[in-house]
Parts: sequence; C-alpha cells; structure tokens
Amino acid sequence: MKRPRGPSIDRLGLLLSVLGAAALVLLPFVVFKANRIVLGDARGLFEVLPAWAAWGCQAVLLLAAVVALAVPGPKLRLAAALLGVVVLSLAVAAAADALTPAGDKVVRVAPGAAAWLLLVCLGLMATDAITRLRPGPLTRVLLLGLFVAVVGAALAHGGFDNLSVMREYAVNATRFAQELRRHVGLALGSLAAAVIVALPLGILCYRVPRLRAGVLGTLNVIETIPAIALFGILMAPLGALAVALPWAADLGIRGIGAAPAAVALFLYALLPIVANTVVGLKRVSRATVEAAHGMGMTNWQVMTRIELVLALPVILTGIRVVLVQNIGMVTIAALIGGGGLGTFVFQGIGQTAIDLVLLGAIPIVSLAFAAAVLLDALAELTDRVPA
Amino acid sequence: MITVEELSKQYGPTTVVDAVSFTVERNSISVIVGTSGSGKSTLLRMINRLVEPTGGRVLLEGNDTRGEPAHLLRRRIGYVIQGYGLFPHRTVAENIATVPRLLGWDTSRIRARVEELLRVFQLDPQTYAGAFPHQLSGGQQQRVGVARALAAEPAVLLMDEPFGALDPIIRAKAQEDLLDIRRRFGTTILLVTHDMDEAFRLGDRVAVMSSGRVLQYDRPAVLLTRPADPLVSRMTGVCDRALKLLSLTTAGEAAVPGDSEGPSVPASATLRDVLSELVWSGASSAAVIGADGAPRGQLTVAAIFARGRP
Repeated sequence: MKRPRGPSIDRLGLLLSVLGAAALVLLPFVVFKANRIVLGDARGLFEVLPAWAAWGCQAVLLLAAVVALAVPGPKLRLAAALLGVVVLSLAVAAAADALTPAGDKVVRVAPGAAAWLLLVCLGLMATDAITRLRPGPLTRVLLLGLFVAVVGAALAHGGFDNLSVMREYAVNATRFAQELRRHVGLALGSLAAAVIVALPLGILCYRVPRLRAGVLGTLNVIETIPAIALFGILMAPLGALAVALPWAADLGIRGIGAAPAAVALFLYALLPIVANTVVGLKRVSRATVEAAHGMGMTNWQVMTRIELVLALPVILTGIRVVLVQNIGMVTIAALIGGGGLGTFVFQGIGQTAIDLVLLGAIPIVSLAFAAAVLLDALAELTDRVPA
Repeated sequence: MITVEELSKQYGPTTVVDAVSFTVERNSISVIVGTSGSGKSTLLRMINRLVEPTGGRVLLEGNDTRGEPAHLLRRRIGYVIQGYGLFPHRTVAENIATVPRLLGWDTSRIRARVEELLRVFQLDPQTYAGAFPHQLSGGQQQRVGVARALAAEPAVLLMDEPFGALDPIIRAKAQEDLLDIRRRFGTTILLVTHDMDEAFRLGDRVAVMSSGRVLQYDRPAVLLTRPADPLVSRMTGVCDRALKLLSLTTAGEAAVPGDSEGPSVPASATLRDVLSELVWSGASSAAVIGADGAPRGQLTVAAIFARGRP
C-alpha cells in the first residue's frame, strides 16, 4: 500500500534520534578523573570544547538525526551515520586533549555515557543502512577491512592517546600484544583441534544413525556445564597427568593455565560442529548422492566431492558459532592463569579500573564481530546451491 | 547384452527379488513394469551393483559383473534416476563430464564430447554449458541427466522412472528422444516404470513384475494376446486391450496395396490413431502416405479390426 504523500517518519530513526538527543542533554559527554581510580566528574560538550567546535559537533549530530528521521535512501543514511561517528570521535579526542595538561600522565579522560550512547545510536543507524543495502559477502568483508584500516590508522596516528583506554594501552603495550596473541591462539587452536575431531565424528553420526542420539546427547551435556565448573573438573586429571608424565608437564600441560582452558574450549566446540555436520549432510539430496554412486564415484569421492562440498556452508555456520563463542569464552581462561585479553578484564575489575576492563573488552568484542562477519561471508560464498 | 540369471535379493526374511532371469538383447529396449514394492527398482540397482544380490548373477556381454570393483563397473553403465540427481554445485558441462573425468579422459576430448551431447539434446552449448542445474526447466534437467549417463559412451543404460516428474507433453518428447538415442548410439537400455503405456510405447520387450517375480517377459503384443498370468492381463488392462494392441503397429507396417478415397494418414501413425481418424471422418478406409509424401497403400476398417485381436 502506498503511503499518503508528505514526509514520513522513519521509526528506527525516531527512536535513535530521541535516544541520542536525550543522552546529549542529560548525560555527561566525557568523564574527567584526577587519577586512575578516583570517581570522575561529568563534563558537558560545551564545557570541554570551544564554542565553534561544540556547535559544529551538534550541527553534524542534528544532521544525522534529520537524515535518520526523513531520508529513506540507505546510502545517504550510511554516509550521515559514518560522518557522525567520525565527528563524535574527533570531539571526544579533542575533549581529552583539552582536559589533559601538557605532559600529564596521571589524569584520565574517558568518553561519558552520552558519547557511548551516541556511538551506539550512530552504529545502529550505520548497520541498519548496510543491511538495507544488502551488500554481497565480498563487499561486507571489504567494508570490514576498510573499517579496521581506518580505526587502526587513527589509533596509530596517536590522535586518541589522551583517552584513558589508550593510556592503559600505553602502559601495557607489550603485555597487550602478548595476551592478544594468546587469546587468538587459544580460540583458533581449540577450534582447529575441534574441527579435526568433530568433522569425522559428525560424518560418523550421519552414517550411523544409532550413534547420533548418544553422541549429540553427550555433547549437549558438556555444553550445559558452566565454563568455570569445567575448568575445575579438568584441573584434577590434567594435574595428575602432569605429575605422572614429566614430558607432558614440559609441554605445558598442567592443572591450571592454558591447558585446561584449551581442553574446555575444545569440548564446548564439539557440539556445534558435529551437529551442523550432521544437518549439513542430511541437507544433501538423496538423488544427488545416489547419482554420484551410480556414476561410479568411490565412497571417498562421493563424500569429498559431493556430500561435504554441499554440506560446507552449514558446517561453516557451525564453525562460526564456535569461533565467536571461543573468542568470548577465552576471556574466562584468565581466571585459571590461561592468559588472554581476559587478564586485563579481571585485573581491571580487581582494581576497579574500568579503563583496564575496556582495554580487554573492546578488542574481544571487535574480534568476535570480525570473526562473525568473515565466516558469514565464507559460508555464503561456499553456498552455491540456491534454496 | 544384459543377462540376468536367477537374481535374488533378500533383506532378512523378506524376499524383494525372487530368482529373476531374463536377457536384454543388444541395441534393444527392455522395460520392467510393476506396481510400487514389486522389486523392480531393486532389480535394476542390482545390475550396476548399487544393491549387491544375495543370489544369482548378472552378465554384461557375457562377463560376470562381480569380476571388477563396483565403482569401475558403474563407470561403464549409464544410470538415470527419477529426479535426475544432478550435482547442484556443478555446471551442466561439469555434470555431463562426470564419468569421462573419473575415467581420466583428456580435457579436449571431454569438451568435444560434452558439446556433442548438448547438441544431441538440443541444448545450445553457448547458453547451457555454464548454467547450473537450478537454472534449467524440468525437461532440460532430464535431458542433462540422460546426457550425463551417456557421456562415456556406455554400452548399457539403466533408467529408473526417468520420465516420472515430467508433464505429459514433455514426457512424450523425452520418450521420442530415448528411441532416437537407441538408434543413434546403439545403446542397450533397461528401463523401470510403473506406467504400462510408457512400457508399451518404449519396450521391445516388457517384463511384468509383481512381488519380486517376473510374471512374463515378452513383446508387448504377446503380453496382450497371450498373457501368462491373470495378473498380467489385469495390469495391461482388459477393456482397452484391442486399442493397446492397435497402438503397437504403425500404418506403414499394416498398409496393403491399393487406393483409398478416405482421409490420408502418415505411415508413422499407429493403427489406433488411424482407427480414430476413420471413426471421426466416417470413412471406411484411409490412404497411407510416407514421410516422403509418396503413397504407401491403404488401410480398411476391416483390416484394422483384424489387427486388433489375437
């Protein structure tokens, strides 16, 4: 049905505009702290920026709101949202520079609730616009790459160095690189091990239906054990193993540390991959498999050239679930000395230093997001069979 | 030539195929017809060993099919199934090239063969070689399925309800194409169907199957005129058997010398069609005209009637 003529209001735009405007008026734009752990005090946009910059920033945000409300074209909406993000980031960086006395390493300036909320609103507006544009898988990966490059360049340039998170980074730079590698290594390593075991197991479950209920049931039970409890359960056997076999201990297998974390992640990863392998193989048409055998393909050829290829998109969806889940769960490994970015999170909680928590949390969320985008694109690219 | 000797298949205590024997002559079409559950598909699948028999044996050109690994045997036998089972992730050309690739033909030979088959099946290579199966119509998919089965020039083609999913007009065309293939490539064809009209239309010989046994294996006319079992006449149909019998003979075969004032009919028309034409026009005889336009004699109602009974 065609709507009556006249300006129509975009509902999402209305929600985001109202939320953003309320945040800007009612909530602190930045938080200033005399040092790392004292409570901060709120500062408004006009308190920290020269009048022209504050008005300019507000004008850009107003423009974004108008576009969000009244412009239906997704390209324009995306451009307005991205412009808003850039200006908002510059404003926060400028506020940090303005509030930090030259050479001072003690004061902390963090984005306030208003800045975070506005960032969320603009981010939602941008993702909504991208969704409406329906970009292909390669375009999405390209957009992600572009985004990473821009953020990376901005951070490397040093424009945000006076922000509290970057202060924490500056102090912990070496350890950050080390824990980041550890985090990614644990997530990818346990995923790789799980794929090696779960793929054949999934094929077996598909081939032997009698096994299916038992295997999937067992894996389901594992999935219900809380991560911390699983670490605890693994501590005893792995500790005993290390004592019994000195060479195992030399390999780093101990009751605490990375070993139980890797084993736990591996166990959690099995269910999604096994289940999706079974579902993916079931999805392959019976006639196709029958024809493949009838053409004279060997069992191995039917499995590798027909069944697994056609099941791949579904299997990749399972791997995506595992990877995103792993990146999040490695965080907890820090509790038992497994390392990873969770180290900063728990250290920050212990010291009530929220900036340190963010130093761990922001990269974790970004990694999970990037992994989801990449594997979604991969699953779509390998799916050459239209539904 | 396919020789089936005492072939049986048992699943536990159930006998699905019970000591079946028959021979399919080289360059002929045999049709196995039966109700669902009669064991006809199992019988077909035992010939390319997709199902291993529990008794009896199958000879291809005199050689026992158990003499080589099953997958190598299958590469020498064309196989078409209902639903075709095209590989959805491969192009039409790749689908057709399946067996030649398994056999390790060189690429130029494969390409030439694929192109030849696409032309035989009236699929323009420019348009269809790179297309994916889901972009084709049902009739086109069926043709690609047959082309794929014929790619490595098999001497024997097995077909399991190959026309089951087609609408009547496309089905008739596909059946014509099959008769054409037999003429063109000299392929020995064994086809399974539940449709008696299809069996009579295509089969040089028809095997009527029920409960795992072949009740009768003979020429269609013999099934009609001398059914070996009451079930055979039930399945072939009693009330229209005269018309079925007439449909097995063409006007060209039955024409006798002479002129007719009646309507002209093509020599390729069946006697059933000629009779229909005579009933419609009210004439008592028809003039038979060859494909070249030359007269081939005439057919009277009495002569047609004589052909419609044993």
